[in-house]
Amino acid sequence: MKDDNQELADFQVHSLKYKTRLTRKYKERKPYEVPNPMELRSVIPGTVVDIKAKEGQSLKEGEVILLLEAMKMINEIHMPFDAKIKKIHVEKGQGIAKNYLMVELE
Amino acid sequence: MSLKKYILDLRKRRERVQQGGGEKAIEKQTAMGKMTARERILALLDKDSFTEYDLFVEHEARDFGMDKKQLHGDGVIIGTGTIYGAPVCVFAQDFTVAGGSLGLMHARKITKIMDHALKMRVPLIGINDSGGARIQEGVNSLAGYGEIFYRNTIASGVIPQISVILGPCAGGAVYSPALTDFVFTVDKISKMFITGPSVIKTVLGEEISMEDLGGARVHAEITGNAHFFAESEQECFDQIKKLITYIPWNNKQKAKAFPPKPPKFKKNIDDIIPGDPRQPYDVRDVIKAIADDSDFFEIQELFAANIVIGFGRMNGETVGFVANQPLVLAGVLDTDSSDKAARFIRYCDAFNIPIITLEDMPGYLPGIDQEHAGVIRHGAKVLYAYSEATVPKITVILRKAYGGGYIAMNSRHMHADFMFAWPTAEIAVMGPEGAANIIFKKEIEEADNPDEMRKLKVQEYKEKFANPYVAAAKGYIDSVIEPDETRQMLLHALDVSVSKEDHRPDKKHGVPPF
Repeated sequence: MKDDNQELADFQVHSLKYKTRLTRKYKERKPYEVPNPMELRSVIPGTVVDIKAKEGQSLKEGEVILLLEAMKMINEIHMPFDAKIKKIHVEKGQGIAKNYLMVELE
Repeated sequence: MSLKKYILDLRKRRERVQQGGGEKAIEKQTAMGKMTARERILALLDKDSFTEYDLFVEHEARDFGMDKKQLHGDGVIIGTGTIYGAPVCVFAQDFTVAGGSLGLMHARKITKIMDHALKMRVPLIGINDSGGARIQEGVNSLAGYGEIFYRNTIASGVIPQISVILGPCAGGAVYSPALTDFVFTVDKISKMFITGPSVIKTVLGEEISMEDLGGARVHAEITGNAHFFAESEQECFDQIKKLITYIPWNNKQKAKAFPPKPPKFKKNIDDIIPGDPRQPYDVRDVIKAIADDSDFFEIQELFAANIVIGFGRMNGETVGFVANQPLVLAGVLDTDSSDKAARFIRYCDAFNIPIITLEDMPGYLPGIDQEHAGVIRHGAKVLYAYSEATVPKITVILRKAYGGGYIAMNSRHMHADFMFAWPTAEIAVMGPEGAANIIFKKEIEEADNPDEMRKLKVQEYKEKFANPYVAAAKGYIDSVIEPDETRQMLLHALDVSVSKEDHRPDKKHGVPPF
């Protein structure tokens, strides 16, 4: 099997720095991002079938913001806490990927 | 009436069915660069050894016009044969017949040969080349898959099960290979995924090619679903044949012994290992310097390359090698390498293959992605697999054996049978730099020249603890050996363990951290 990964790099494990090859998977890993509670992102890919809330509207925890159809289920997207809708980034009928920014709160 | 007439009739019937999906479909198959199901079986098995079963099976579907369709062999060929004289059961899906789609009778043929393999206690080889479930047969085709998965599971650890992906293997179909011991793939031909690019595009709007989503390379390097990667079908069959020589027919037997041969590798082991513990080397060179004929049959070469697994022979008998690879990611244990090693250890244990562990690793890989990916439960698999294994377990510590990694890599504390260490071994709770920084924190901070003091203390720690003698003094290491003595010591250890008995408490089964 061809191995096109020959380059040696510095690689720190605890207190020592080693000379070693890096795997493609390691190089392509996504850096960690601190989740922002004011951003509602999709946890599953799907289609926005209805939007119940409006920009500028203040909603209570548990109230429905929009409906996301995914895996043959209509999922209600709820307010995680009492807040105001700052911006809605999706439209009715739009297909969205996982982790797509749907709604911003303030 | 003469008998001849009946014989001629049989021959005609055979010939017709053996045509599979007919000339046009075969042409299409060839145009895709693929062999036909029958050609594949003949290429894999010993000459003239294939005996076919169920040639005349036909489907019984009645809906959607299926009653008017004849599907030769119902799209799958099954039978028995030999590989280097060893009996095997085999099935090969025939893509030329209704795209190799799986209906009830197709599945029944497969489960028939699976049952046969299990009863006869011989390896099962399944060649997958199928568009998936035969939609016209509805829930019957789902039932078929389920019966296959059940048998894969029941036969697991009893007979070797080999899956060969030579075409599409999509949707539910992927779970049969996933349940088997070894998955073989061929570049540009194998395609494995749960949902294909078109569904992904419709539902998610994400575009990806079939090759990038679930081609051979992806499964061999990224997902770890494949154990072997070949450039051509012929190379793939050669790999399977070679694998068969290393493994027993079933869990009650040992792999066939070959005439012992000394290693071919001429390099001195001492010269392989750099003096500086931060410099890499290829641990496969150490294996080649140790193994019979310097022959090492590596498994999952590209996936989690920071650990090396595979078969070799010592004095003619198959052994499994598990070795940290300093050349890749410094040889750390992480989620993928833990999975890879643990499964291989369990395979060896199930099939009576002694395990030789070569250790040189700085520990588990630190980082948020690793912690969040579950390095705790994945890493635990290595501890579980080694502790559970009752085959002979031998460890040689080459260089670094730090912290949790030292415990995990078949240490005395996982009840290794033999613990050897080279004089270059550094067996310690962590690397000297880290340890000195903690233990001598106060002295370093209060010194007039902290950097000088740190260097001094690191050196002091290194001399006192970063060696094999502290562990040897406690009996955790049986013997500190010269690198060039390694093969002799391993051969001796294997000789001593020939009639090893090690029993576990009676239980239905353990609950490993899957």
